[in-house]
Amino acid sequence: MFDVEKIRLDFPILAKEIFGNPLVYLDNAATSQKPRQVIDALVDYYENFNANVHRGVHTLSMEATDKYEDAREKVSSFINSESSDSVIWTRNASESLNLVAYSWGENNINEGDEILLTPMEHHSNLVPWQELARRKNADIKFIPMLENGTLDMDRVDDLITEKTALVSAVHMSNALGTINPVRELGVKAHRMGAKILVDGAQSVPHMPTDVQELNCDFLVFSGHKMLGPTGIGALYVKKEILESMEPFLTGGEMVLEVSYEEASWADLPMKFEAGTPNIADSIGLGSAVDYLNVLGMENVREHEKDLTTYALNRFKNADLEGLDLFGPDDPNIRGGVFSFNTPDVHPHDLGTFLDRIGIAVRTGHHCAMPLVRSLGVAATARASFYLYNTKKEVDILVDGVTEALRYFRDGPN
Amino acid sequence: MYDLEDLYQEIVMDHNRRPRNFGELKEPTTTADGFNPLCGDQITLQLSLEDGVVVDVAFNGVGCAISKSSASMMTEELKGKTLEHAENLFEAFRKMITRTPGESYDSDLLGDLEILQGVSQYPARIKCATLAWHTLHSAIQDGNEVVSTE
Ligand SMILES: Cc1ncc(COP(=O)(O)O)c(C=O)c1O
Repeated sequence: MFDVEKIRLDFPILAKEIFGNPLVYLDNAATSQKPRQVIDALVDYYENFNANVHRGVHTLSMEATDKYEDAREKVSSFINSESSDSVIWTRNASESLNLVAYSWGENNINEGDEILLTPMEHHSNLVPWQELARRKNADIKFIPMLENGTLDMDRVDDLITEKTALVSAVHMSNALGTINPVRELGVKAHRMGAKILVDGAQSVPHMPTDVQELNCDFLVFSGHKMLGPTGIGALYVKKEILESMEPFLTGGEMVLEVSYEEASWADLPMKFEAGTPNIADSIGLGSAVDYLNVLGMENVREHEKDLTTYALNRFKNADLEGLDLFGPDDPNIRGGVFSFNTPDVHPHDLGTFLDRIGIAVRTGHHCAMPLVRSLGVAATARASFYLYNTKKEVDILVDGVTEALRYFRDGPN
Repeated sequence: MYDLEDLYQEIVMDHNRRPRNFGELKEPTTTADGFNPLCGDQITLQLSLEDGVVVDVAFNGVGCAISKSSASMMTEELKGKTLEHAENLFEAFRKMITRTPGESYDSDLLGDLEILQGVSQYPARIKCATLAWHTLHSAIQDGNEVVSTE
């Protein structure tokens, strides 16, 4: 059973107080909190298994290597990859995207080719393509967005042509919460011979992910948004594509044979992992995956959908004069992300006010500047939920926002 | 109530609701734009200068209560002052806002602007309070350049 009160006890930080109020952590789209199990796995590694991997004949090195590769297996199964050779460790989703832009993009995007994106991409799924397009004289196009923050899918068939080399789309928007039909985008991309990349930074932590069912060519995500440590992320690439890709970084670990003149590359996945990897944090992420598996990703999604439905209702019915809530109002195509704007109170002031009563929200452009600008505002406030959040916290948030609006309108008391 | 009053003093809130010198000058001699990409705050500052004295000033833009009230108070303070005095105010204001606890600042010089000293306890809001002042600083610097080429 999914018992949120019991789950909360696993997260030491949730017992913290901010200015004497219980912490209400609603900045999960930025990074998630970590359960005791993940923290313990890091300590356990450093206390009992610390050694470099793939290098030693000594016991510790072999133990460290086993744990490290075991973590890769866990992450691989978590997204239902055909093989763990298709899972490359990176620092985060951003590095995964850059790896694709360089290792795949340099050899597969040519002058006049098109890269199709959505208007709601995080900067990290926008800027690497802008740079690649500039180097290659390629073009970037965008699928138009409807008023409710969903993609205008009717336009997609016209936009994917034989010029299209890549469709790259965020699965769940970190700014709007929109869950995009990336599987359908993939079908359309493949029909025209294009590749599909899914930015799973916000979806992998919050719902079941099956790369075979999605039939995506690339999937990127970050460990720190799914209960894991910072500094570890992953890239999934379909094996036949990965085999054709050139290395991103070169040096130790990623080579088979080296002479003074040249080198040959190690097998997958190590060909893409130069240097001593982030051993501890990979193991930490493996432990986060164990934790999520025990809860069950279906249950995580159900819990968050429940929270989303509840929050949408509370926002709608509260006395929040003029509050603009962005994104779709159907919880089936929306994750627990709530970006909003109030005409009379700037998001910064709102953020400071909420912080004083213990509520952590993000304010600003959420690394999606063009999107936030297209909403006609300079910034928004964003509350984003995760598996340990409760309906009571939704209440605290909505009441807090109501109180803030009154405070800035009428002054204290 | 929540200890927020250090930051959002009644005078600050009043400037936020009714910013002074908000709008545009008919004939500005110097204009400068300020932008904080982190939060999207944007300000346009216009000065009308005569012999190194600020005869009129106006600002426009979008921003939070802190940046708006800071800009509004700044414009009130500037009228009739020399550019040299304005630069001194800029330095003193910056020092007050970025000071560490216990560090002193020139409260005599700052006068009413001292109302914003509470911002120093909110590191995330320092840039909001200083945006208008940095814009002023760059207006003065550029203004001097123009003067020197004439
Ligand atoms: C949708 C999306 N893509 C990519 C990223 C980048 O993740 P990271 O900063 O971990 O590289 C984020 C993080 O905010 C995100 O929300």
